[in-house]
Amino acid sequence: MSTSPIIISASPHVHSDRTSKKLMYDVLIALVPAFLVAIYVFGIGALIVTSVAVISCILFEYMIQRFLLKSAVTISDGSALLTGVLLAFNLPSNLPIWMIIVGSLVAIGVAKLSFGGLGFNIFNPALVGRVFLLISFPVQMTSWPVPLNNQFTFVDASTGATILGQIKEGLLYGDTISEISANIPSNLNLLLGFSGGSIGEISVIALIIGGLFLMIRKVITWHIPLVFLATLFVVTGLFWMIDPEQYLSPITHLISGGAILGAFFMATDLVTSPMTKKGMIVFAVGIGIITAVIRLFGAYPEGVSFAILIMNAFVPLINTYFKPKRFGSAIKSKIV
Amino acid sequence: MLKTFPKGGIHPEENKITSAISIKRMSVPKSVSVPIAQHIGIPAEIIVERKQKVVKGEIIARSGGFVSSNIHAPVAGTVTKLDKIVDSSGYKTQCIVIRTDAKNSENFEQEEQVLKKEITLEKQEILKRISDYGIVGLGGATFPSHVKLSLKEGQKIKCLIINGVECEPFLTADHRLMLEKSQEIIVGIKILMHALNIPKTIIGIENNKKDAIKAFKKIIKKEDAIQVAALKVKYPQGGEKQLIKAILNKEVPKNGLPIDVGVVVHNVGTIYAIYKAVQYNEPLTERVITVTGKHLEKPCNFWVKIGTPIKDLINEVGGIPEGTRKIVNGGPMMGKALKSTDVPVTKGTSGILVISEEEASRKESKNCIRCSACVFVCPMGLEPYLLMNLAERGMYEKAGKEDINTCIECGSCSYVCPSHRPLLDYIRFGKNIVRKLETEKN
Repeated sequence: MSTSPIIISASPHVHSDRTSKKLMYDVLIALVPAFLVAIYVFGIGALIVTSVAVISCILFEYMIQRFLLKSAVTISDGSALLTGVLLAFNLPSNLPIWMIIVGSLVAIGVAKLSFGGLGFNIFNPALVGRVFLLISFPVQMTSWPVPLNNQFTFVDASTGATILGQIKEGLLYGDTISEISANIPSNLNLLLGFSGGSIGEISVIALIIGGLFLMIRKVITWHIPLVFLATLFVVTGLFWMIDPEQYLSPITHLISGGAILGAFFMATDLVTSPMTKKGMIVFAVGIGIITAVIRLFGAYPEGVSFAILIMNAFVPLINTYFKPKRFGSAIKSKIV
Repeated sequence: MLKTFPKGGIHPEENKITSAISIKRMSVPKSVSVPIAQHIGIPAEIIVERKQKVVKGEIIARSGGFVSSNIHAPVAGTVTKLDKIVDSSGYKTQCIVIRTDAKNSENFEQEEQVLKKEITLEKQEILKRISDYGIVGLGGATFPSHVKLSLKEGQKIKCLIINGVECEPFLTADHRLMLEKSQEIIVGIKILMHALNIPKTIIGIENNKKDAIKAFKKIIKKEDAIQVAALKVKYPQGGEKQLIKAILNKEVPKNGLPIDVGVVVHNVGTIYAIYKAVQYNEPLTERVITVTGKHLEKPCNFWVKIGTPIKDLINEVGGIPEGTRKIVNGGPMMGKALKSTDVPVTKGTSGILVISEEEASRKESKNCIRCSACVFVCPMGLEPYLLMNLAERGMYEKAGKEDINTCIECGSCSYVCPSHRPLLDYIRFGKNIVRKLETEKN
């Protein structure tokens, strides 16, 4: 006490060793298995797209905060890095570099910093970036390099559609599911990740390993991923039971497209998901239904990103109406 | 499966470094400063004068009303000062300073008392002693015990719960007391059951005190009316409402009291004080205090006279170690940081915690990332992030509607916040204003 002044502060005087930064890095660690599969399947393209997205997200955050907002620079908190990785995971591995940079600018500049920075954004920044690119450059955003083919160059790879895209197109031309199924990857390949798609969404098994890691580390709870996937399964399953030749099986729905990546990593984004468990369930049911509706009846083959963004908009409302049960509120107080 | 409360809670590092160290008797201090407001409620009224000689156990300040408590002389000696002194709250309170009479053998006798099992007093007499002898809740809230025990028309205690949870990290005072005075505590329980016709008692103890659970179980083997409940270690299980929920699965209504569900909760220390008062005519003038900290030379549990300066206690364990930055009156979750070690021990002091440099200061507060951790750990089902925002923006009416007043200030929200936000600071501040506004309205 003689050397430095004593500290007077209010209780509590101890703190858990969890920090926001550690949470961010836990999510990054959870994404490693999916990233390794992506490099194996798409080769150097996955590496290039991810690096460009990460570097430009961090750089945009730095420049906007430093020169435009003249506020404290927060690139060391890990969140811009995470946004970059998640954005890349939602892009094809052969997207032109300048488009990746534009997507990063929209994600960081528009979706995150214009709302006030970390914690204040309403929409998931990576998904805003992705959807912006999808609407602006639909051709480049929906042609994916063929898996396990030409892993060592970035451009000029042969491309194709995803399984959901192939099915939507096939159905449009009047084919039945069994006819289309002959030309699409098997469920086993979908589980392992040997199929076309965005960089991070292909391997179901790798994503589930990452998701379980996040649950064990208590970064996320089971509510959003499980309820979302269950809802998607039930709704697509209902239509499949009505006509299995017109509607894809619910199992293929779960393991194709962005469902698993969305369930564990995009919808669970801490900032843009509800604050209570009840709210999370409502939120996840909403995402499940909207995803199913877009996939079954919409113009786009894939609907997870739109569904999450739409439900993001409802989060403030959900937080207002779905509150935790207050202790002692079930019983009327006898003394007034 | 061990019982616990279902909603919220945390499990901080336990750090019960003094749990195996027997309670030592502190030497009688040269002088004691006894505050007249050591309990919740109206301060006591001083009935001694300067230079007056007092004997040990004599009333020196008389209860100022129903929710108040008598205060007795912890030592025999002479009143030297009636003055305002800074107490552990940081505010000045009226104190009675008594210089200990070094020649009076009364101050230094230390014979062990034999266990006195027979309860001979009439019911009314028992309750009168609890009230007269200044018994207040020793768990930390210092609520006068006789108030809890005076029932209104139609109220009936169906179950007495004894709080031996001691969920605060570091503190071991209750643990040691349960081990060393288990027989006496059981007699204390029987006294209360007799006085108020209580049919059943459950002693709640967290499972990190297996020896205490065993000790009680051995004694009550033949008693049907007294049980021990082993509880899962979880903070803040020592909170009255959480403890009742954990043991009986009953929820005390919002803004209600335990008696609304037919329960009264007493701390083990209080029960021991009741035993001493009823069986030995001894007023509450001393208590067990854990003096602890990771860097202390010889942390220990002590029997301490009320009014002893806290610095005497710290000297007894080897003095303040190099690099100390914070001294806390109480445990690390709910204790108060002290400005000076001159402040006296009161009836509510359960521990003194010495914290070193690296753990003393808070980390910089960052943006809320809306991770819901505070909502998940709140044992009262509140939304701390929202309450902080409302308090920060001065939206007190809304904060009141969001039940800010039911916050028990356990600090779990601030403990878990990964952005190190001062949630409880703002909630406390908001609570005070909301309460003030509500009294003004009425």
